[in-house]
Amino acid sequence: MLILAIDTSAVASAALVSDDAPESVLASFATEDTRTHAEVLAPGIDALLAEAGVSGHDVDAIVTGVGPGPFTGLRSGIVTARTLAFVWDKPLHGVMSLDAIALEVAESTESAAEFIVATDARRKEVYWARYTLSDAQLPHLADGPHVGFAADLPDLPVYGAGAGIYSDVVKAVAEFSTRQPEALSLGQFALARLAAGEQLLDSTPLYLRESDAQVPGPRKRAL
Amino acid sequence: MNRTQPLVLGIESSCDETGVGIVRGTTLLTNTVSSSMEEHVRFGGVIPEIASRAHLDAFVPTLQEALAEAGVSLADIDAIAVTSGPGLAGALMVGVCAAKALAVATGKPLYAINHLVAHVGVGLLEGATGTRGALEPAADAPREPAQSALPENMGALLVSGGHTEILRIRSITDDVELLGSTIDDAAGEAYDKVARLLGLGYPGGPAIDKLARTGNAKAIRFPRGLTQPKYMGTVEEPGPHRYDWSFSGLKTAVARCVEQFEARGETVPVANIAAAFQEAVVDVITAKAVLACRENGITEVLLGGGVAANSRLRQLTEQRCRAAGIRLTVPPLPLCTDNGAMVAALGAQLVMAGVEPSGIGFAPDSSMPVTTVSA
Ligand SMILES: [Zn+2]
Repeated sequence: MLILAIDTSAVASAALVSDDAPESVLASFATEDTRTHAEVLAPGIDALLAEAGVSGHDVDAIVTGVGPGPFTGLRSGIVTARTLAFVWDKPLHGVMSLDAIALEVAESTESAAEFIVATDARRKEVYWARYTLSDAQLPHLADGPHVGFAADLPDLPVYGAGAGIYSDVVKAVAEFSTRQPEALSLGQFALARLAAGEQLLDSTPLYLRESDAQVPGPRKRAL
Repeated sequence: MNRTQPLVLGIESSCDETGVGIVRGTTLLTNTVSSSMEEHVRFGGVIPEIASRAHLDAFVPTLQEALAEAGVSLADIDAIAVTSGPGLAGALMVGVCAAKALAVATGKPLYAINHLVAHVGVGLLEGATGTRGALEPAADAPREPAQSALPENMGALLVSGGHTEILRIRSITDDVELLGSTIDDAAGEAYDKVARLLGLGYPGGPAIDKLARTGNAKAIRFPRGLTQPKYMGTVEEPGPHRYDWSFSGLKTAVARCVEQFEARGETVPVANIAAAFQEAVVDVITAKAVLACRENGITEVLLGGGVAANSRLRQLTEQRCRAAGIRLTVPPLPLCTDNGAMVAALGAQLVMAGVEPSGIGFAPDSSMPVTTVSA
């Protein structure tokens, strides 16, 4: 099975993953920048396909990170994935973006049996979720995703860029303190879960916050 | 690529309308629009984040509907065009990313297009101008190439919730000049704010237009912004805002007026205020637009943007253009409001003129100048 995975919940990234490939990786890219998704994503995907010698017809499914993440960036990946899936007539799945980091934690030597993944939600808050690990299994999402202040996180080791920013108030795991969700891990996670016969999400974005709009109150009358 | 009668798909997402239009040369095949207007009603104005969320969910269904209505498949398309600015940054981003994905998936060339110039480009579609429009060649005129349909000495007055501009168009594909624009609120925005003040709901344009018919526009005199000599100057020595508009002072004047009636314990004459406000807006828009045309040798004007639906604006623009010997064209309303057909129409002009596509590396530009017709 060949999956094109896309995630723009923080950085812009895409990957081609397949259960036939070594380490299941065909090709991948990720930017460091969190604000140029509209420019770099499509050229990145175009180059990725060319590099792997793959056309849209060869892809079996498209997977998109559905956040949480800053809204404008998040939408750029989701609308890209939805459009590609429509044109190529391929199944489209969503994966919660923090799962990408959770999988990397599970595969690292630094892993704890229970941990938090956190990314930057701006406005002094983090997006976060709590995971548990048992032997040789995929990380299990136990709670979340949520958005809130880093200081209010459960007292567990915290992985991801959200931990790095607030290392003064959380138990940040140093090796992961700048880690952002990326399409490569996201795609590998999707591949593993589909292989295990599990369901993925649809492509509905996880905004977690309402738009800032305020319904205007009645106008104050003079006198 | 077929450069004589190109099949072009246009995508628009700069404000609250998700539009997909398809044209073949200058023939309109579909103008499919999904609007999030209803979702903004309770806020009394367009909320950018709500509009962006709606674009994300509306894009693929709107595309699907447009292809079905036009009876074409993506494989048939010669080029894709998308609004890359000006507009709301987050809203533009959705359409631009969708258009780029479409280009990657189909391998078709992509044009990044200026929204304001697209409002003018729509006038080049056959049938866009009612009967035989000013912007179409006469029946006996040679039909090819289609882009020669644009008259010389052409101008455009664009009035909507997002913009208020007077443009001079020497060439729709590479020579557009901004003569004047609003320096604060767009005219449609002023309508929305005043409608809220008067308790008339959203969108304000139709509500005020309707009520104004029952009011006396001469009962109150509201200010016409940027009309004092220090802003206007003379033909020889134009002031800093000779062809520009400002509506924020007008909105404040309406608020003061309402407060004064309330302070005196009198009933607020809502219909008269609506009529006087509308007259102030329409008077200053048309006076400055016609002045700009006369002083720049413009003899053909296209009226575009959502406020082109306003009955008084149409009436006074017609009257003053006629008096000044300017020929006026107003496309049918669904082509005046934001839509994908106008983007496709301008895209087709660019293809026919041999302009190179933009590629897929451009960034949306929320303040794209009119001098940039395509990125
Ligand atoms: Zn517009």
